[in-house]
Amino acid sequence: MQARLEDVTMRDVRERATRGSPLVIRGMTVAYDRKPVVFSVDATFRSGRITGIIGPNGAGKSTLLRAALGIVKPLAGQATFFGRTLAGSRDRVAYVPQRASVDWDFPARVVDVVAQGLYRRLGLLGRFGRDHEDMVMSALERVGMEDFSARQIGQLSGGQQQRVFLARALAQDATLYLLDEPFAGVDAATERAIIKVLKALRSAGRTVVAVHHDLSTVEEYFDDVLVMNVRKISDGPVGTAFTTEALDTAYGGRLERGMRDPQRARA
Amino acid sequence: MLRDALTFQLGYNATLVTVAAVLLGIAAGVTGTFLFLRKRALVSDAIAHATLPGIGLAFIALALSGHDGRHLPGLLAGSAVTAMSGLFAVQWLSSRTRLSEDAAIGAVLSAYFSLGIVLLTVIQTMSTGRQAGLESFLLGSTAGMLLSDAILIALGGLLVVALVFLFRRPMSLVSFDPGFASTSGVRLDRIDLTMMGLVLGVTVVGLKVVGLILIVALLIIPPVTARFWTDRVELVVILAGAFGGVAAWLGAGLSASAPDLPTGPLIVLVSFCLFAVSMALAPRRGLLSSFVRHRRFQAGVHMRQGLLALAQGQPIYEPLTIRLLKARGLARADGMPTREGTIRAARAFRDEKRWEVARATPELELAAARYDGLTQIEDVLTVDQIAEIDRRIGPPEAVQ
Ligand SMILES: Nc1ncnc2c1ncn2[C@@H]1O[C@H](COP(=O)(O)OP(=O)(O)OP(=O)(O)O)[C@@H](O)[C@H]1O
Ligand SMILES: [Mg+2]
Repeated sequence: MQARLEDVTMRDVRERATRGSPLVIRGMTVAYDRKPVVFSVDATFRSGRITGIIGPNGAGKSTLLRAALGIVKPLAGQATFFGRTLAGSRDRVAYVPQRASVDWDFPARVVDVVAQGLYRRLGLLGRFGRDHEDMVMSALERVGMEDFSARQIGQLSGGQQQRVFLARALAQDATLYLLDEPFAGVDAATERAIIKVLKALRSAGRTVVAVHHDLSTVEEYFDDVLVMNVRKISDGPVGTAFTTEALDTAYGGRLERGMRDPQRARA
Repeated sequence: MLRDALTFQLGYNATLVTVAAVLLGIAAGVTGTFLFLRKRALVSDAIAHATLPGIGLAFIALALSGHDGRHLPGLLAGSAVTAMSGLFAVQWLSSRTRLSEDAAIGAVLSAYFSLGIVLLTVIQTMSTGRQAGLESFLLGSTAGMLLSDAILIALGGLLVVALVFLFRRPMSLVSFDPGFASTSGVRLDRIDLTMMGLVLGVTVVGLKVVGLILIVALLIIPPVTARFWTDRVELVVILAGAFGGVAAWLGAGLSASAPDLPTGPLIVLVSFCLFAVSMALAPRRGLLSSFVRHRRFQAGVHMRQGLLALAQGQPIYEPLTIRLLKARGLARADGMPTREGTIRAARAFRDEKRWEVARATPELELAAARYDGLTQIEDVLTVDQIAEIDRRIGPPEAVQ
């Protein structure tokens, strides 16, 4: 009896801690055909922090995000955003996929793509006014793409396209940003610009979750990490969760000595 | 004659046909834009062919219940029902089986069309009168169009245009980036259904004028034509509507001004002419302008390389380069520079050096990215910035 009561209070405490959390994932399992690529992952992403999702290729990082967002249907598990279902918090969540699979010859200029981020604000018939134009331009300025605003979307390099999609997410003015490899294929200067944008979001109280591959910058960029390879391996503040053991487990000892040693990477 | 037709002075029937055709053309153009952008052009062909059994069944039902079998609203309602079932058949086959969409389209299209032809043949042998003329829905027939028919077509066209306007944002969002659309709360299945519903509406409304075989042309050619002229979805939609309307107006006018010329095929031919002209002449995306731009750029690059070679006293081997320099009086046939050529060469050389410095200067990085071998740095940087660069290069060398 006593034990049961304790259980209940413990659960209560935990629930209260996670209730308002931007994203809580519980027991998420996703399989393509019959092979689970994400298995029973629990994770709580904390408000006002930048969290990195780390793991080797094929670890299911993208799949985890896509399942949380309902883009792929999970076999089991659920995601709650700000204590509610995704449908109830769409206005507060922005997502940038790893590779936008769009038709690059689509008749849209850079500004038009960024303006798509205002869709929920505008609705079916809302007029696209001066203030909306300003929001679009300021989002473009934040990623340093304002000079390209009138270009057709296909006439950009891969890294520039990536930045335009980030700008579209910024224009959404969300509270939670889910970014799948925002630094893939961008040059060093752009990477610095983007991390500056992410840190500015954090200063404004927003929450950022980003899939990331470069282990040497994890400690510099992120407050928290989630290390995974199909299963969750560790999560929490970088200092406690980003450990050599966790990386060894995740990468199956495929890392070189120097690469997998967080202490060295920090130096 | 044609002028009379185009200004609606060729009599009651021709005017009715033209007004109905123009509204149909506009509706088909704007709807077709999203079909084209969503890359589902051929689904509309399956929908169109799936109308035929509906027409046959509706005729039989009408005739057996003692009505006039050629009552247009009744036939169109019947065609809409089988067209919808054809659409669902394509969707079911491509989502639930391993069949790809194009294979599903092929199967559904031919099966429904065959069924329709069989029904039409059966109707021929039926004893009810007035069965003739159903095959006119294959290619359209505007002879003897009634006012009520024209009103039906016009209202249908207007309704379609209004709905496209209402749903233009989610439809273009879904066409461009379905993943983003769904995370923005757009229900993909509903928008796709809306889009196909509009296509179905256009198809049904267009049966009388252009017929089921050619309706796909009205849906697809105008947006493809419009795409040559602009990079913006909203403008593609508007232009596609305009091209569709103009093609219908000219086509209907042509068919009214000469006896026995079919309306539907003429509309399609006019539409295709607009397409061909756009493909050839459109600025930027047109063939001619691409060709001219390419040649001009090529000539510019050759000139530049030639001048830089002259400035450094290097020989020029490319015949095209020498020809271009000679034509402008900058070099002689043996490749040696003229006086004018020497001056221009020195200037080009200095410009190239300035670009080099600009590229190596972080603050000028963005401007330096505009280097294409032709643009003069004076067009990109301010006088002060150039003065700063010149300070680093040193004074220009004198031309002897
Ligand atoms: N649409 C799909 N159909 C079938 N299998 C898939 C599909 N998408 C991903 N997978 C498989 O699921 C696994 C996880 O893929 P996922 O894209 O989530 O990995 P990731 O951790 O994001 O990898 P990366 O670092 O390469 O982006 C991989 O083994 C992949 O082959
Ligand atoms: Mg991935």
